[in-house]
Amino acid sequence: MEKHQFEFHGGRVRAPKAAPALVGVASSGNLEVLIEPAKLNGACRIEISTAALGFGKIWEAVLRDFFERHQLSDVRISVNDVGATPAVVSLRLDQAVDEFTRPAS
Amino acid sequence: MTAKPKNLTRDWGTQPANRIARLRRAATLFPGKEAPPEAIGRLLAAVIESGDRVCLEGNNQKQADFLAKALAALDPAVVHDLHMVQSVLALPEHLDIFERGIATKLDFSFSGPQGARLARLVGEGRIDIGSIHTYLELFARYFVDLTPRVALIVAEAADRAGNLYTGPNTEDTPAIVEATAFKSGIVVAQVNEVRDTLPRVDIPADWVDFFVHSPAPHYIEPLFTRDPAHISEIQVLMAMMVIKGIYAEYGVQRLNYGIGFDTAAVELLLPTYAADLGLRGKICKYWAINPHPTLIPAIESGFVESIHSFGSELGMEAYIAARPDVFFVGADGSMRSNRAFCQAAGHYACDLFIGSTLQIDLAGNSSTATLGRITGFGGAPNMGADARGRRHASPAWLKAGRESHPQDGGMPRGRKLVVQVVETYREHMEPAFVEKLDAWKLADTAHMPLPPVMIYGEDVTHVVTEEGIANLLACRDDDDREQAIRGVAGYTPVGLARDRRKVENLRDRGVIRRAEDLGIDKRRATRDLLAARSIKDLVRASGGLYDPPRRFRNW
Amino acid sequence: MKQSYHEASARKRLLGVLDPDSFVELLPPQARVTSPHLPALDLPVAFDDGVVVGAGALNGRRVLAASEEGEFMGGAVGEVHGAKLTGLLERAVAQKPDAVLLLLESGGVRLHEANAGLIAVSEIMRALLAARAAGVVVIALIGGTYGCFGGMGIVAKCCDVVIMSEEGRLGMSGPEVIETAHGVEEFDARDRALVWRTVGGKHRYLLGDADDLVEDDIAAFRAAAIRALDAARPPTLDNLLAEHAFLAQRLHLFGTCRDALDIWRALGLKTAESVALLDTAGFLEAAEKIRLRG
Repeated sequence: MEKHQFEFHGGRVRAPKAAPALVGVASSGNLEVLIEPAKLNGACRIEISTAALGFGKIWEAVLRDFFERHQLSDVRISVNDVGATPAVVSLRLDQAVDEFTRPAS
Repeated sequence: MTAKPKNLTRDWGTQPANRIARLRRAATLFPGKEAPPEAIGRLLAAVIESGDRVCLEGNNQKQADFLAKALAALDPAVVHDLHMVQSVLALPEHLDIFERGIATKLDFSFSGPQGARLARLVGEGRIDIGSIHTYLELFARYFVDLTPRVALIVAEAADRAGNLYTGPNTEDTPAIVEATAFKSGIVVAQVNEVRDTLPRVDIPADWVDFFVHSPAPHYIEPLFTRDPAHISEIQVLMAMMVIKGIYAEYGVQRLNYGIGFDTAAVELLLPTYAADLGLRGKICKYWAINPHPTLIPAIESGFVESIHSFGSELGMEAYIAARPDVFFVGADGSMRSNRAFCQAAGHYACDLFIGSTLQIDLAGNSSTATLGRITGFGGAPNMGADARGRRHASPAWLKAGRESHPQDGGMPRGRKLVVQVVETYREHMEPAFVEKLDAWKLADTAHMPLPPVMIYGEDVTHVVTEEGIANLLACRDDDDREQAIRGVAGYTPVGLARDRRKVENLRDRGVIRRAEDLGIDKRRATRDLLAARSIKDLVRASGGLYDPPRRFRNW
Repeated sequence: MKQSYHEASARKRLLGVLDPDSFVELLPPQARVTSPHLPALDLPVAFDDGVVVGAGALNGRRVLAASEEGEFMGGAVGEVHGAKLTGLLERAVAQKPDAVLLLLESGGVRLHEANAGLIAVSEIMRALLAARAAGVVVIALIGGTYGCFGGMGIVAKCCDVVIMSEEGRLGMSGPEVIETAHGVEEFDARDRALVWRTVGGKHRYLLGDADDLVEDDIAAFRAAAIRALDAARPPTLDNLLAEHAFLAQRLHLFGTCRDALDIWRALGLKTAESVALLDTAGFLEAAEKIRLRG
């Protein structure tokens, strides 16, 4: 397993509710994304645990684009990855934000 | 007195005479055309001569497996140096024939499952490959310079006279038999059963010299059955882009493709997503394609007018028989396929080919070649190529032609749409986009005259990935083209090396279109959009007519 | 529209079976109670260790519920996973809810966790029987992709009620395990029709191992779970003796059969060959008069 941590600053969007959200499953070619509010001085922190070794640069590129899309602040995102492709990673991250920012029913 | 023309001194009938000699040898073994199964080895030894060109019917799906075994069991001291010509190397026996020293030379088209062993035997100098062909090329050469001396074929049934019934998997049989029987060759057929009367005659008895009732039914592979349970959300997203960004855009009515999960997603979105877009009756009406089960919902929802097929698909027999308006069904109720005609249809009569691949380079060349395997081509290169001999027009063909040939007063042309749909990364993080295809290295190590490219970049019109559609027709020069491909290559090294400003410029020009540019909401890209999500859904959609092979069931 | 239970995730199934917005999760993902063993083997963990547990309502009645995620390590039971299930069942003894729902999808013990996993499964069984002894009905729902095998197959049969779909599978050794141990001649795990007629929902229902058979639809599982709320079978000595007698008689009747088809014919199912193709309603009708009831 390989660990990566990234922090992005300057995000404008604060989560409207406090409930964390989990999407996806840690299974082959897939990942689970846990997203929760956290007091991080406005940062968006993303922690990756991945079974695919040596793709740090690609994670950084994928996550930078993700941050550009959503501009989250004071949010902690944790990922258990089992070799998902960047396409699946981006999709799960977007789904997690969707779930997280959806007004509570 | 004038001299006799020199030609009159030549014997013009050596081939028929040789044929009669072979038949006489066989006549000592058993009376008539029906060979007892236990005599098959002696029959082959009697009608095959060393150095013969022999066609062993190995198709994409059905296999003359009994005859293949018998051929591989011949004594190489008696029969040797055969030149095998066959479409597909699928069974171990196809290569045993070479390993045992019975044959030495090979001309073929596709070798999927035997690709690694073939590469090894070639490397050891045990097989001399003439050429690797597309199906159409190989069939064509049967009538030019690779005419078989002996054809070992397979059919469903024979009657006592030797008429053959192939059933829905007619496949290559007519092409092989025609080339052999009309050039004084010998045709031997294995059949699953011998009947007094046949449902219909696919091959007339006077083209068939011998038939044998094989002890077990011939092997047949459900090659094109895709379980919808394995279609991913990413494939659904790409399918939405294909439908909205290409099929609807060009009004594609006649099409053909390489069947995979990407294309299964497209057809399973026709009754849902495409119908919602109001595209029923406007796209995907006429198909040159095998009758595979994931087409059922599109057929049932009224998208499909007609389907002609290369072969059949196990389990689809009753469904096909019940839809004679759609399929090519004989008076007996079963389908007749024909690989040669369907390949011609795919090349000349279709406006679009769509398929997936393993690697694409910066010029758009694509290849499924991997090192250590010689897998050949099959039919994709003919269907995934602009048919430059085509002259009849259609709206989709004209629109593509207008895009690729600027309206500058030059000669207007039409153009076939050739679409490659791939995820930027395959499983295990293998990038689909590369600077240089592995095909170059393979050509080098396997001493091929050319790198084995499946579809040349100049024929590709669109590349679709989860990142969007690159319209290569709208590219003005090689740099446009390279950046358009990089622009949809996502996070692969090729994609990350893109010129970001140039890519944004291409997006402004509509050369690259992302999902959002097409008005596609990515959040809708879920499996819920599929018209069937399991094999059982397909059975239901067929009204219980589709009978899936056991390995695809979960009931 | 039907929501496939088979295809849904463990969370989606659980939320769909329970009353809307009623579920409160215990040890949720953000608590990060993950396996202590998997990182030592350099393997990925899941934030919930592959099982969702908590409290909710079913048709307005108070229930505790758990749902296993087959996609994470085949739903296999590790130490944490097992402790969550055991804890839930022990909580049932203390709180006496109207029922415990177990949405099972598991290959059994997580071999990577060896003894900890084995002990966990036996603890689940003990806690389950304690809950039943305390008067709480325990209901198993089986319809996931990975089936319910090994130790969790036994856990399922320890419940008061077993609800299955046709797609669900229930057994001890899984098909691949049998093939590996006894050879492909004994059992061809790739012959899916054989697999399903041996361990699938329809066969289990005919043999009396499953009490209810439903469509592959989350709403259908929910309806069946509601029907089962009052179907307690207290683990009394009389009930146990009756069950043993039932099993002995079943073995006597079918012990020499080589294939499920033989059993179906012996049961008097006239069209045994077509059982696989019957839809759920048609099958229930055909099975009504002849199925065994445990």
